[in-house]
Amino acid sequence: MTKPGSSAGKRKALRYGAGFAVLLAASLFVGASLGAERLSIFSLSDTESAILFGIRFPRVLLGACVGASLAVAGAGLQALLRNPLAEPYLLGVSNGAALGTMLAIILFGSFEFARPVLAFGGAALATFAVYQIARSKAGMNAERLILSGVIITTLLSSVIILLTSLLDATRLRSFTFWLLGDLSQATMTGFWVCFAAAVAGTLILSTQAKALNLMMVGERDALDFGVEVGRTRLAVFAASAGLVGVAVSASGSVGFVGLIVPHLIRLFAGSDNRFVIPFSALFGASFVVLADTFARTLIAPRELPVGAITALIGCPLFIWLLRKN
Amino acid sequence: MLEVEGIKAGYGGRAVLDGISFSVQDGSITAVLGANGAGKTTLIRLLNRSLDPFEGDVVLEGRPLADLSRRQIARSVAVVAQENETNFPVSVLEFVLAGRFAHGSAFGWESERDIAAAETAMELCELEGMGHRLMNELSGGERQRVLLARALATEAGTLLLDEPTANLDLSHQAMMFRLVRERTKGCGGSAVVITHDLNLASEFADQILLLKEGKIAACGSPEEVLTADLIADLFEVEVLLDRNPRTGNVRITTLF
Repeated sequence: MTKPGSSAGKRKALRYGAGFAVLLAASLFVGASLGAERLSIFSLSDTESAILFGIRFPRVLLGACVGASLAVAGAGLQALLRNPLAEPYLLGVSNGAALGTMLAIILFGSFEFARPVLAFGGAALATFAVYQIARSKAGMNAERLILSGVIITTLLSSVIILLTSLLDATRLRSFTFWLLGDLSQATMTGFWVCFAAAVAGTLILSTQAKALNLMMVGERDALDFGVEVGRTRLAVFAASAGLVGVAVSASGSVGFVGLIVPHLIRLFAGSDNRFVIPFSALFGASFVVLADTFARTLIAPRELPVGAITALIGCPLFIWLLRKN
Repeated sequence: MLEVEGIKAGYGGRAVLDGISFSVQDGSITAVLGANGAGKTTLIRLLNRSLDPFEGDVVLEGRPLADLSRRQIARSVAVVAQENETNFPVSVLEFVLAGRFAHGSAFGWESERDIAAAETAMELCELEGMGHRLMNELSGGERQRVLLARALATEAGTLLLDEPTANLDLSHQAMMFRLVRERTKGCGGSAVVITHDLNLASEFADQILLLKEGKIAACGSPEEVLTADLIADLFEVEVLLDRNPRTGNVRITTLF
């Protein structure tokens, strides 16, 4: 086996990192090439060029940032809450962000930057609520956490449904589609905001990776071996809420990415969060780009919500993990 | 030296311990005995400030723990907690290396020095060749040895052990106490051990602290503390006391 701090461990990190970076580059290429209109990227007509730069690039780049953000948030929350089933969508964090985004749309209309801010607020409040409900004197087990997530998700869904009933028919359809995860409204501004959040969130969580290796086996263990638990918890919750908030405000609730991606990474690279967090970012980005490409091409020219594709992959995995635990 | 001065502590405003004062000398082992719920684990938690007292201080080498950061405390005081389980596939080596968190950077990779400390600790705990095994595939006894290895890997001067022999067979119980004794006598460190095994305490401890309902019932050498009256008062059982024919230490036999 490779030792985490040894030169062999660092070589392993570089090898996997390079592999996931190549996969991401290939995914972006495939995502930009395929769609209702198949493009040959190296010989473009004017129309194809407009499609590539005006529509495809913003969409695949935003998809990559959304995937990276959700996967990294999932990896961080799972380690912090010592629960491999913790996932932004299942914990209601995504719904908190969706409600925040919806309020921004209703209250601030066209002011685009209000959406990520209120989405972050909604995600942070939902995270806090689930954590408080799931905690007990006896600690926090998987069932309690998931049930708390279900309660908060149900509550927030009800409020979202109440608010959507206020929308007119056209906005209702587009909003419902968005809620299921939709990258079709991607803009370069949206991409840059999401990119900044993804990079900042991944960096913050990476600084906590070593502490999370101890948190993952127990909060008491972490305290005993020198982790400032309160500070780590705050950093991880805030970074996760930021990542999920900005991703959801740009693309709706793309579910299960935070469950599937870190789990697959752990199968390949082990549980050390210094590997899991950055590799989740790279692989999560590839995963959503490919899932969205599939969603765009399966019944082209019509599109499926990307969230439906990720849920179709994520649900069986969730059931398997639940039974395994 | 670790000094506990007038501690009152508990949870949610309810005091579990009250009026606790004692000191642990360098090079010594202190055994903490008491019935279930007497406050033993709470006491251990106070000794590395994973729980803050309502009143009083814990002073390590002349400095109150409240003045030290968590990393400073972790470099000086290591804990072997009661067994824990993780839902993640963590290898034995990763688990032991995590004990080196307080050394070096909080963000980077372990140094060769960290890896050497972890490997030495694993050898001492008879875990050679098990570095790649996953924690959730180990037996209770093997996990307990990994917990000890993680504490030894810290190279901290003070060890706190919460029922460390609960899942261990006889030979590994002896190994555990031999290692703790070597660490305390050989390196000038100290250890505080919670145990329910009065005979082990008699053989290995320099000082015994008897806790009853959150207060100190007695504190002193095994000879002074392990008396039939005190044991009967604490555990509500009748015991027979004699001497271990080999070591001459007090030997306790419960009468059923």
